[in-house]
Amino acid sequence: MDPIKEAMLHRSKAAKLERRGRWISFTCISIIVLVVVAIFSFVATRGLATFFDNKVNLWSFLSKTTWSPAVKDAHGAPQVGALPMIVGSFGVTFLSAIVATPFAVGAAIFMTEISPQVGKRVLQPVIELLVGIPSVVYGFIGLSVVVPLIRNVFGGTGFGILAGTFVLFVMILPTVTSMTVDALSAVPRHYREASLALGGTRWQTISKVVLRAAMPGILTGVVFGMARAFGEALAVQMVIGNAALLPQNLISPASTLTSVLTSGIGNTVMGSLENNALWSLALLLLLMSLAFNLLIRWIGKKGEMK
Amino acid sequence: MDAKQKDKLATGILYAIAGIIVLLLASLLGYILIQGLPHVSWHFLTSPAKAFEAGGGIGIQLFNSVYLLVLSMLISVPIALGAGIYLAEYAKANWITDVVRTAIEILSSLPSVVVGLFGFLVFVLQFNFGFSILSGALALTMFNLPLLTRNVEDSLRQVSFAQREAGLALGLSRWETVIHVVIPESLPGIITGMILGAGRVFGEAAALIYTAGQSAPALNFSDWNPFDIASPLNPIRPAETLAVHIWKINSEGIQPDAAAVSAGASAVLILAVLLFNILARFLGNRLYRKMTAES
Amino acid sequence: MQNYSLTDTYLKPFDAGQEIAIATKDLKVFYGEKEAIHGVSLPFERYKITALIGASGSGKSTFLRSLNRMNDNIEGTKVTGQIMYRDLDINSNAVDVYEMRKHIGMVFQRPNPFAKSIYDNITFAPRRFGEKRKAVLDELVETSLKQAALWDQVKDDLNQSGLSLSGGQQQRLCIARAIAMKPDILLLDEPASALDPISTATVEETLLRLKDDYTIIIVTHNMQQAARISDYTAFFYSGTAIEYDETRKIFTRPKIKATEDYVSGHFG
Repeated sequence: MDPIKEAMLHRSKAAKLERRGRWISFTCISIIVLVVVAIFSFVATRGLATFFDNKVNLWSFLSKTTWSPAVKDAHGAPQVGALPMIVGSFGVTFLSAIVATPFAVGAAIFMTEISPQVGKRVLQPVIELLVGIPSVVYGFIGLSVVVPLIRNVFGGTGFGILAGTFVLFVMILPTVTSMTVDALSAVPRHYREASLALGGTRWQTISKVVLRAAMPGILTGVVFGMARAFGEALAVQMVIGNAALLPQNLISPASTLTSVLTSGIGNTVMGSLENNALWSLALLLLLMSLAFNLLIRWIGKKGEMK
Repeated sequence: MDAKQKDKLATGILYAIAGIIVLLLASLLGYILIQGLPHVSWHFLTSPAKAFEAGGGIGIQLFNSVYLLVLSMLISVPIALGAGIYLAEYAKANWITDVVRTAIEILSSLPSVVVGLFGFLVFVLQFNFGFSILSGALALTMFNLPLLTRNVEDSLRQVSFAQREAGLALGLSRWETVIHVVIPESLPGIITGMILGAGRVFGEAAALIYTAGQSAPALNFSDWNPFDIASPLNPIRPAETLAVHIWKINSEGIQPDAAAVSAGASAVLILAVLLFNILARFLGNRLYRKMTAES
Repeated sequence: MQNYSLTDTYLKPFDAGQEIAIATKDLKVFYGEKEAIHGVSLPFERYKITALIGASGSGKSTFLRSLNRMNDNIEGTKVTGQIMYRDLDINSNAVDVYEMRKHIGMVFQRPNPFAKSIYDNITFAPRRFGEKRKAVLDELVETSLKQAALWDQVKDDLNQSGLSLSGGQQQRLCIARAIAMKPDILLLDEPASALDPISTATVEETLLRLKDDYTIIIVTHNMQQAARISDYTAFFYSGTAIEYDETRKIFTRPKIKATEDYVSGHFG
């Protein structure tokens, strides 16, 4: 019989390699998916125990302001009010985003519209380096420069939401800037040319045409920055003061979900209420990160529709 | 104020913002290096840390950081390669791929402290690895995987489909073509991404404080048997890294020279990250030129 | 452009004495729901050059790429019907597609040498298939490059990157790479469309020499090229083979109106 015909009717080495390769690569991707599923299920199981095993009321968890899981209140229910941390987390997140956005958008406009030369040669590497600096270094600088500065100017200890905001502002600035740069560069050239041809000044063109067209992209960048700020742990923990109290003002010691987690989880016994309550905070953190993700998707979809 | 004046004012403000950002980085770097570099000496880089007195070094922490980095890259690079290949070459446009992509997106946006806590729960407690290099490396792997995977996928997609067809038309499998033709061609992008990933891993602390631990037991640098408890290579020993050390001495340090030690350690960390950045750029460009070399 | 009937066709019958290398029977190609090739049945004679001509979008390239199942790799594409090669329907799942492609090679429209040396470009696949002997590989490189009329230009530096060659040289390297596998059939998808006239002429000469050893099927946009090098020509129109005959007849006395209009330059 024809040997070539014969060979074609048998499974070749290439076919076997292909099968194996497909299998290997699928295994790798499955590992990643598995990790994500495991993270959610483990953290959820732990985090929900507070509500199911320890019978803590979800609403009081979210709205009460006293965080001392070891102490029971008059009704015998443990005092796990997470509101101070929730306020702290959202506080530093929103404030740092509010401060960072104008800077980021300004820098991005400078890099794309005003001076792409300087932008590419100077600002681009600066932004990349800012991203690369580890968060503990930001924390250390916050602790040794920002906190004393606040203490000297405003009094108090210097620790608090203001210090956290300042550190996070620098940390999310590069994220928001580089995503805004991408959004601005994606605006077609002829938009600008049309506006300039109509006699608009450069600033009118930028503010009325370019920024408007790039809005969904800029918003995505800001939400990304907020997600990063919300999840940042150590840098914030080092400067916020770590007092689980509802912040009275921007310079009183406060705490965030992440700061309580990092300082607390090692000091509690697994399975105890104190520990479960911390896992509930972790679950909250996880859900928020999911929420930011959904928000980014939603903005992306809205942007596409336009 | 008319439109022209507004335009001038806006331009001025934009220049100011750009200047402020450059100044910000310059002062950050300047502060760390000026504060830290005077403390950096051979002694500082090689001697162990001290808990209660001045004069401690960062030798063990530095070694731990490097060892953890190597170990986590050894675990994450093959997985990221496989996963990236799957996404770039085999993933069909269906719901499974959507789920996979969403999972990767979520993993990449998870706060690293959550990843660390999960590692604590699973590796440290469940698998009983304890606070150890191994737990830390696995936590860092989870932290690093989504970005590496995306980088591999993007780099593979940069290579034209015609290269795959060339291999297929010779009777080779897609897998062989990807491994022997496409990956070598996308190596500049992959390597750059890996080095940048390594830089991130090197500076990461939140994922490590509850996995690799916050203590650095003394090591016997003449014992290289990975099964001995004092051996630097032992993967089951607790291992505080440089980044964790900076956090630790700043939040609960009682050394009299805590500020100096953290400044020195920060300077070393920053220099390492700078080195990774420069290396990534340099190697990426060089490889790229080599690959596309006109003879 | 007027619409021509798709049922008004002439396909030359082959005698029993003529050896057929590969033949399709009622070959249909679907892109998703859309039927791009409407049941084409064409035999291709051994050691001849057959040209597939037709306007862009007529389906000639799609048809060619089905012959060694390259369309398998395009998501959403489905090929039905039979492709008979060595008494086997190679479009069936029983046939190992990789083994089959070793014998039915392909050269693409854009030169796609690997980013490897000239030597490695040619020996890469043979080595993957187990040929490790240096002498055999050296010999293979020399004969394939000679057959592809590239040897004299590159023999002094086989280690230079395949990408450092000119477009025409790259395409001949791709031809050399394909024939290093010693295939039965060589499929070429507009191999000269990205090349200048001089390179085109060299590639054409190469093909004319190759036909002693290979069955060649070539898609071309260029009617002069088809007339110069092919023995048979099939004219494709709107996913159908309208006319298939000896090249000389197609270009001098086409039997179908659509073919006549196309070869005389009325559309395309």
